[in-house]
Amino acid sequence: MEILVCVKRVPDTETRIRIGDGGRSIDPSGVKYVLSPYDEFAVEAALRTKEGLGEGEVTVTTFGDDASQETLRSALAMGANRAVLLEGAATMDGLTTAKVLATEIEEMDPPLVLLGMKAADADQQQVGPMLATLLGRPCATAVAEFEVADGKVVCRREVEGGTEVLELDLPAVITVTKGAYEPRYASLKGIMAAKRKPLEKKPVDVPESALVVEALEPPPEKAAGRIVGEGPDAVAELVRLLREEARVL
Amino acid sequence: MEAQLRDAVRELCSRYPNDYWQRVDRTRSYPDAFVAELTEAGYLACLIPEEYGGSGLGIREACIILEEINRSGGNAAACHAQMYTMGTLLRYGSDDQKARYLPGIADGTLRLQAFAVTEPDAGSDTTAISTFAHRQGDKYVVSGKKIFISRVQHSDLMILLARTTPLEEVEKKTKGMSVFVVDLRDVPENRMEVRPIEAMINHETNELFLDELEIPVENRIGEEGEGFRYILGGMNAERILLASESVGDGLYFTDRAKQYAGERVVFGRPIGANQGVQFPIAKAYVGIRGAAAMRDEAVRRYDRGEACGAEANMAKLLAAEAAWDAANVAMDAFGGYGFAEEYGIERKFREARLYMVAPISNNMVLSYIGQHVLGMPRSF
Repeated sequence: MEILVCVKRVPDTETRIRIGDGGRSIDPSGVKYVLSPYDEFAVEAALRTKEGLGEGEVTVTTFGDDASQETLRSALAMGANRAVLLEGAATMDGLTTAKVLATEIEEMDPPLVLLGMKAADADQQQVGPMLATLLGRPCATAVAEFEVADGKVVCRREVEGGTEVLELDLPAVITVTKGAYEPRYASLKGIMAAKRKPLEKKPVDVPESALVVEALEPPPEKAAGRIVGEGPDAVAELVRLLREEARVL
Repeated sequence: MEAQLRDAVRELCSRYPNDYWQRVDRTRSYPDAFVAELTEAGYLACLIPEEYGGSGLGIREACIILEEINRSGGNAAACHAQMYTMGTLLRYGSDDQKARYLPGIADGTLRLQAFAVTEPDAGSDTTAISTFAHRQGDKYVVSGKKIFISRVQHSDLMILLARTTPLEEVEKKTKGMSVFVVDLRDVPENRMEVRPIEAMINHETNELFLDELEIPVENRIGEEGEGFRYILGGMNAERILLASESVGDGLYFTDRAKQYAGERVVFGRPIGANQGVQFPIAKAYVGIRGAAAMRDEAVRRYDRGEACGAEANMAKLLAAEAAWDAANVAMDAFGGYGFAEEYGIERKFREARLYMVAPISNNMVLSYIGQHVLGMPRSF
């Protein structure tokens, strides 16, 4: 079975983010970019599904600029078979991304499309459901584990207080969250093999977006903490401050 | 590629945290699980050409791998020789020997990580070795003693240097020595005794007693009598690689010292806010980066095929000293906790000390620089 995994290049979650000139985007200088952690779950899920079925191919794709090749290579190093870079200027508009992906996916027509539940940078959780809608395919979001059999995919979702099991007919779109798919790390063999795997670059038409980012603001600076005393003697003062100043008691 | 490689090694190492290495150290056991995973992922075969099943990478990538292992708190010395001991075979072995051994070394089924050169009466003075290999028809019969031969119990093959012409009969003392591949799996009982040496660190090292050990002629690498030159051929690479382990050790200490000094609050503020704690950490870091820059220069020259003996030796000395400085700085920053096993500092402190004397003592490096770089009189 052909499995397509849509991935995104995002700043490393440990990177210190600064807002760029103009205040509408982040300053990319000195930022380390990685394959979005949720997308790693999706790639891992795809690889395990392929291994479980004993056949098929895993293709990874992303919509972005030339630098996104590096992100695709990371997925190839994990074990994906081939990669397609949809070259164009990506925006914060999830619908634009979904439209670009949908055009490509209609052409490739893979029975199973996987995405991370959300991108670790924008956190919007839009692209998966929008893509499914554009394609007219069923969609399960935030799936912790799934299994493919007989033209169907059975998904397990962790919901408030329990588990929900869904069955979808293929072709389908699934977004994957942290669950059963702890990603494998790339081995040296994998990194070397990735260099030789096909990576196709396809320039794409980027549809008009009706969404603009107005402003980005960093979180407010944290005020310095205060030591109110030491040992049991400090308790009374702490309680007083929590009641009178912080008003949390 | 380099950043991706570094991240991948870091990720693998993160699965072997301090308590793993602490347990291995305390029980003086071999880090089997770590070495197996490193092998399986292909890291120890990075220098073996692709036609023999390796990755065909250069010394730059090998340096990254070893540096990251030690920076993570691990101890690359347990397995680093599997990476480069095969260099003698690769450079000077016959096609048949390479085809026989390299694929197994690449996939880890053949462990070649023992290198028997040093003897009790010939340490740095290698040409004074007395282990002798007598040619008898289609085999050599070898007798002698070797000391500080590491990882013999975790090897299938061993590279051995022995005299094939007595010292008194050679024109130059660097002649008349030959290199052999010893298949340790085939050694009959009583032909080789392996006596482990208890040491300050968890490092399997041994004394070897060879008593008429038979080695087939086809296991000789290259020409008879040229072995010393073959051994020297791998020395620069070894210096550069081990300098990288020291760089990794040094960064381990400054990483940990910086973190601890930032968290440990005494007299109402983190101890790292005090110049007396902060400046030594900063100074140790400067030393490590300086050593790493010399290591990088040695790598550049090595990669271009230029003479790099001076740079490789200087990198080894600078890195070993920088790591040892950083080790002491970390001990000071941690105070009493530095001595507590659970913090890992005391273990790495012991391990980092080794590089001041091995694989060559820093005094021998200085004598090399004095004599061969500065043109001063021979000092020994």
